Amino acid sequence: MEADTMNVVAPIEIAQPREAPRSASDREIVFETRGLTVSYGKAPAVTNVDLSIYRNLVTAIIGPSGCGKSTFLRSLNRMNDLVPSAKVEGEVLYHGQNIYGDGVDPVEVRRRIGMVFQKPNPFPKSIYDNVAWGLRVLGMKDDLDSRVERALTQAALWDEVKDRLRKSAFGLSGGQQQRLCIARAIAVEPDVVLLDEPASALDPIATSKIEDLMHELKNEYTLVIVTHNMQQAARVADMTAFFTLERTESGGHGVLVEYDETPKIFTQPADKRTEGYVTGRFG
Amino acid sequence: MAVDAGRYSLTLSRRTRRRKVVNLLMQALATLAALAAVAVLALVIVSVAQRAASALSWDFFTKTAATFGQSGGGVANALVGSLVIVAVATAMAVPVGILIALYVSEFAPPRVGDLVRLVLDVLNGLPSIIIGIFVYGLLVIGSGQAAWKGSFALAIIMLPLVARATQEVLALVPGTLREGALALGASRWRTVLGVVLPTSFGGILTGTVLAVARAAGETAPLLFTTSIAANAVTWDPRQPVLSIPYDIFVLSESPDPADHARAWALGFVLICFVLVTSLSARLLLARYRKRMEG
Amino acid sequence: MSARVSAVPSTQPLPERRRIGDRFGDLFLHGLTGAAAVAAAVLLGAIAWKIFQLAWPAITKYGFAFVTRQGWDTVHNKFGALDLIWGTALTSFAALLIATPLSIAIGLYLSELAPRGARTVIASLVELLAAIPSVVLGLWGILVLGPFVGQDLEPWLHRHLGFIPLALGATRWEMVRGVILPYTRTGVSAAILLGFGRAIGEAIAVTQVIGAGHGIHWSLFVTGDTLASKLAEQYQGAVSNIQIASLVYLAAILLVISLLVNLTALFIVRRFSHERIGGS
Repeated sequence: MEADTMNVVAPIEIAQPREAPRSASDREIVFETRGLTVSYGKAPAVTNVDLSIYRNLVTAIIGPSGCGKSTFLRSLNRMNDLVPSAKVEGEVLYHGQNIYGDGVDPVEVRRRIGMVFQKPNPFPKSIYDNVAWGLRVLGMKDDLDSRVERALTQAALWDEVKDRLRKSAFGLSGGQQQRLCIARAIAVEPDVVLLDEPASALDPIATSKIEDLMHELKNEYTLVIVTHNMQQAARVADMTAFFTLERTESGGHGVLVEYDETPKIFTQPADKRTEGYVTGRFG
Repeated sequence: MAVDAGRYSLTLSRRTRRRKVVNLLMQALATLAALAAVAVLALVIVSVAQRAASALSWDFFTKTAATFGQSGGGVANALVGSLVIVAVATAMAVPVGILIALYVSEFAPPRVGDLVRLVLDVLNGLPSIIIGIFVYGLLVIGSGQAAWKGSFALAIIMLPLVARATQEVLALVPGTLREGALALGASRWRTVLGVVLPTSFGGILTGTVLAVARAAGETAPLLFTTSIAANAVTWDPRQPVLSIPYDIFVLSESPDPADHARAWALGFVLICFVLVTSLSARLLLARYRKRMEG
Repeated sequence: MSARVSAVPSTQPLPERRRIGDRFGDLFLHGLTGAAAVAAAVLLGAIAWKIFQLAWPAITKYGFAFVTRQGWDTVHNKFGALDLIWGTALTSFAALLIATPLSIAIGLYLSELAPRGARTVIASLVELLAAIPSVVLGLWGILVLGPFVGQDLEPWLHRHLGFIPLALGATRWEMVRGVILPYTRTGVSAAILLGFGRAIGEAIAVTQVIGAGHGIHWSLFVTGDTLASKLAEQYQGAVSNIQIASLVYLAAILLVISLLVNLTALFIVRRFSHERIGGS
């Protein structure tokens, strides 16, 4: 069941009935952020986030544009390091270890915490090599063919590409390319996969394929997804975090407003701002 | 309904009409200029081809220059000489050029990158005869001429071209591509060598081809570094060898009409080479651009 | 789902070491590319240094007066650069006079008037014109136009022809740059300067055509020489050390002029692009 339009005011329908989840607090915590603040130069983008991500769940980050959702996501695998002016304060504990601590290698961080980007970005290589490159580079070369097949199967792409593995990845459609990027990310067996608005550049059919995929993937991986489409969050996420923009004289920065199990966020939000957002009263 | 619409009038005023005429005149002149450029190109190619016809023969390509006083002979020594000189120059310039471009594109802070590009631009603008004198002073004085020394001079000329072209192509590689590789847990150097460089290969090849086309036609740097050569065909870069452009230069100043004919023929060969390489570089670039856009 | 086939379990706490190869590789690549960039700068410096070093005997002997003295007397070792500086300036400016309006016109045509399909074709043809080696143009100049007109006018043609390869040389550069540089006042002036830089450094085509002469004339009808062509002509003839040093002194003067012109052009281009970014 899908909500029909973007501007619905009535409470949003939650998607297919879930198995009653173990309550989140029973689960292992994969990420715990403490006072996480990310700034670009002097301007803070997102401030003081305390959030815990649980194993084998899909956690969605929603909120209006500009509230630092992507910045927060990228701080989880140190992709903000690539921006020279980025500064990170606070802690991001991954299995108890601060990934911004001394002596931590960002490359090792990224090996365990993969990322799928908004616009599909396959390498200009063959479909096979797109998946195999990461494996080769990280020394997982044993049984390359079956690893590649396994990753493509998990990404629900194998049947569509198995006869043209050596063809260029650019011959695929947008939705297929994105699934290829997912296959590429999970081929190296990460612990967590971060997805930054993975379906925003795709058509509705491709989008629903990606969403179905996430239901499958969470059995093996922990997923964190940023989405500007709250119906999507309602459909795929077990936990939802709502961020909003707090305006100051110098501009604005993002803050975490509320974080809870998805049904609760959408039907009984605790914060007025959350309620305003999910019922479409603003943004 | 006003009779006089004033400034809303739709008919052309005298001033606008005059401006239109001037405009058309400018357009005509501009078009003429462009056509003139094309005409000059055609003129040069055709007249060189015409005058080259008489000297082109099998012997021309396969025999080396005749010994002094005898007739006949060909330019095989110059052909082979140019091949050797340019090949060695390419081998010198391309790796260094790629490395410099990688530094500017992947590692250098922005101000340093600007500085390096300025250095490359200045190098590019130096008169080639000065580069010839430099290499002469650095390598030839005291130890004599050699093909590879001429290659070194040509490599200096090729270096900014290769580096600039490579750097421009590297800049075209979208940041998301690098991000995709780094997000897998690949290290910087693996990302650069395994994803960024192969993606840029087409553009690098184009830049190299254009640099080769330029180097093949350069005479001045070779004057002091590899011009006094024996008549025999030699493949050894340690010997001074004759080159096509230098041979044209020498033959064009000779009083002997047979030499003139050979100069034309060599000029024709050189033009063909330069045109073919420039055109294929363009085609390569077009195909590469199309591939990059997905 | 099949069991995980993993060489390194990924859910263990982060180790503090990475494979040494990766860390070393990053440093090595950074160092190697940086070294190449430094080498380019060193090369530039070395060129300037070497030229002045070779010219030093003449610089110490003649001093700055060399620049203002006329004549090139190999018998009495009396050398001066003024004739040649004059020749360089005259031929190059005259070449620019021909080349600049032509180039602007062509640039205008390509950017405003050319129909979509023709634009790439004509731009390519213009670039091909730029690719023709100057030695071939000089060949054309010396052998085609010279004999064509005949004996009486030969000196006139020698001088006059000196420009055509220069003009073509400057034209090519300006045209190519004009296509690339934005069509604005700064863009065009930078292109003109760069073309001028090319023209003053043109040694070969000029040598072929200009006829080795000396003296300072306003007339274009007398043979003469430029800094670059003098160097090309005398490369094998120079015998004495002071003669060689004097020739390289000429090269040093050419280098300084060329650097000034090119740096000015480059700064214009850079200031222009900053204006673009900072402005609208």
